[in-house]
Amino acid sequence: MSEKKVFKGRVIAKGNFKGEAVVSHEGFNTLASFQKSALLNKKNVIVSDQNNKDLYGKDITNKILCLPITIGSTTGGLVIQTVCNMHINPRVFLFSMPIDSLAASGIVLAKVWQNSEVICIDELGEEFLNTVKTGDTLEVKEDGTVTIL
Amino acid sequence: MIDYKMTLTDDQKEILEGKKGETLKKIMETVVLFGDIFDAKRLVSVTHLEGHLVTSFGIPLLHPLFDTMKELNDQNITAKGGFTMDPRPLDYQNVKCNFLEKIVFNKILYGKQKEYEEQLLKAGLTDKDSFSCTCYLKECGNRPKKGDILSWAESSAVVFANSVLGARCNRNSGMLDLFGSILGLVPEFGLLLDENRKATWVIEVKTSKIPEAQILGSAIGLKVMEDVPYIKGLDKFLGTEINDETESYLKDMGAASASNGAVGLFHVENLTPEAKDQGEKLIKEGAKTYVIDDAELERVYKSYPNMWKHKDADPELCFIGCPHLSLYQLRKWHDDIISSLKANNKKKVNCQVVLTSAPKVVNEFKKVNKDMYDDFYRVGVTISSICPLMYTNNPLVHGKAIMTNSNKLRTYSMARYFKDEDILKLITK
Repeated sequence: MSEKKVFKGRVIAKGNFKGEAVVSHEGFNTLASFQKSALLNKKNVIVSDQNNKDLYGKDITNKILCLPITIGSTTGGLVIQTVCNMHINPRVFLFSMPIDSLAASGIVLAKVWQNSEVICIDELGEEFLNTVKTGDTLEVKEDGTVTIL
Repeated sequence: MIDYKMTLTDDQKEILEGKKGETLKKIMETVVLFGDIFDAKRLVSVTHLEGHLVTSFGIPLLHPLFDTMKELNDQNITAKGGFTMDPRPLDYQNVKCNFLEKIVFNKILYGKQKEYEEQLLKAGLTDKDSFSCTCYLKECGNRPKKGDILSWAESSAVVFANSVLGARCNRNSGMLDLFGSILGLVPEFGLLLDENRKATWVIEVKTSKIPEAQILGSAIGLKVMEDVPYIKGLDKFLGTEINDETESYLKDMGAASASNGAVGLFHVENLTPEAKDQGEKLIKEGAKTYVIDDAELERVYKSYPNMWKHKDADPELCFIGCPHLSLYQLRKWHDDIISSLKANNKKKVNCQVVLTSAPKVVNEFKKVNKDMYDDFYRVGVTISSICPLMYTNNPLVHGKAIMTNSNKLRTYSMARYFKDEDILKLITK
């Protein structure tokens, strides 16, 4: 049986969740990734960022999105708030780096204005992103612990 | 009341406690929680009070946006110094649309545009001509000075204000831009602090000619992501003084670095204000180096995918200007297009060509260069203040072969990127 790998990060929005990882090794472009699904009122987010070789065309709704940071347009925070309002957001955002200002805005907006249950942990480290793979099952705890099962 | 870490004044605490109303309380909560994530010690006053907001489009699905705006309007809460906005999403007069496309735009995509613009006017929109991503151009008037603290969003405007004007602004998100403008306060962290304005990357430009601004910016953004680059070797091509031409170049380069990456500030050696003042003292110890030569630029250019439905289609529509063109660029495109058409003995351009520019820049262009303006329309080029990205959101236009010289538009749409010289050939030969 393979050994479980455990990582610890900083809690931005706490919660417990167990689910499937989707991994972007490059900066995750929020607007480019979400816009098609959000604009067309889809029930799931299929990543529409042509530059994202890891996630282009993949369904990330209710998954655990593992990423370094988000990049791109400053609509990013409002876009995260909107997909949380539509309940088609990734359930958990796990950042290997310190969270960027746009993603942080989105998480705070979703919590304060939508009472969203979105979970967010940052500063999980480079090794986390190098280890976790799309399809892995992860367990996220409210103390910021992430276990690759 | 929420738990928070930063130090607040008594007035700020009162807002957070809800003594000035529930809406202002939520606004303060958002700003404080946001600042706490970045270990901001306090809130600081916005010194250039006119804001700039990124969310210019009335997409009905943005319920949180309209609900918040309604709440603000109902309680007469406004931005202290007013604000300018990103470009409007539609302009049927200058960007042709068929009947079905108009239905999708009017009924589905931007069905709340009129209502939203009314909300914006009540909340402090400067005037009806204040819709452009280039609010900082002289003609547009929302131009901060060195050292000013801003509450802006729009990635291309933030990177320009920080880098070319020497103002101080974080890459704020939509909503946070407005909240900071309402409170007149922003959390002090990130690019507001000297330490974080230092470069962690040195970019060595070693190309044989001036790099295409949009490709250079893209290469830098894709490499450094959200870090601060110090760019060496560009002054050889741009000189050491900021003028209309260099401003236009840096506007396009910065926009590409901000959309292909997340650059909020760059320094160009011997040219941008802080690089001129501090030189290599701006480079942090241990900064990484990225060399950009002709081969590297070509590698980055060739990495852009062709998303057209029919890969070798003839272009149907061309957008030039994302971010919006400056007056200098409108004049340059005029001279290039008209002279190339003449050289090729042609009277009209080969497809629908739309140059985009701010309403106030277009007004100035019409006033000062009426002959040039008329020339454009004579040869089939239109000038619009539309946001091309918002136009390309319509699924009915996804099948169109749209070309652009904008790396930002390429990133967010199915439009195909071409260098300026290739676009000129394709539209005039």
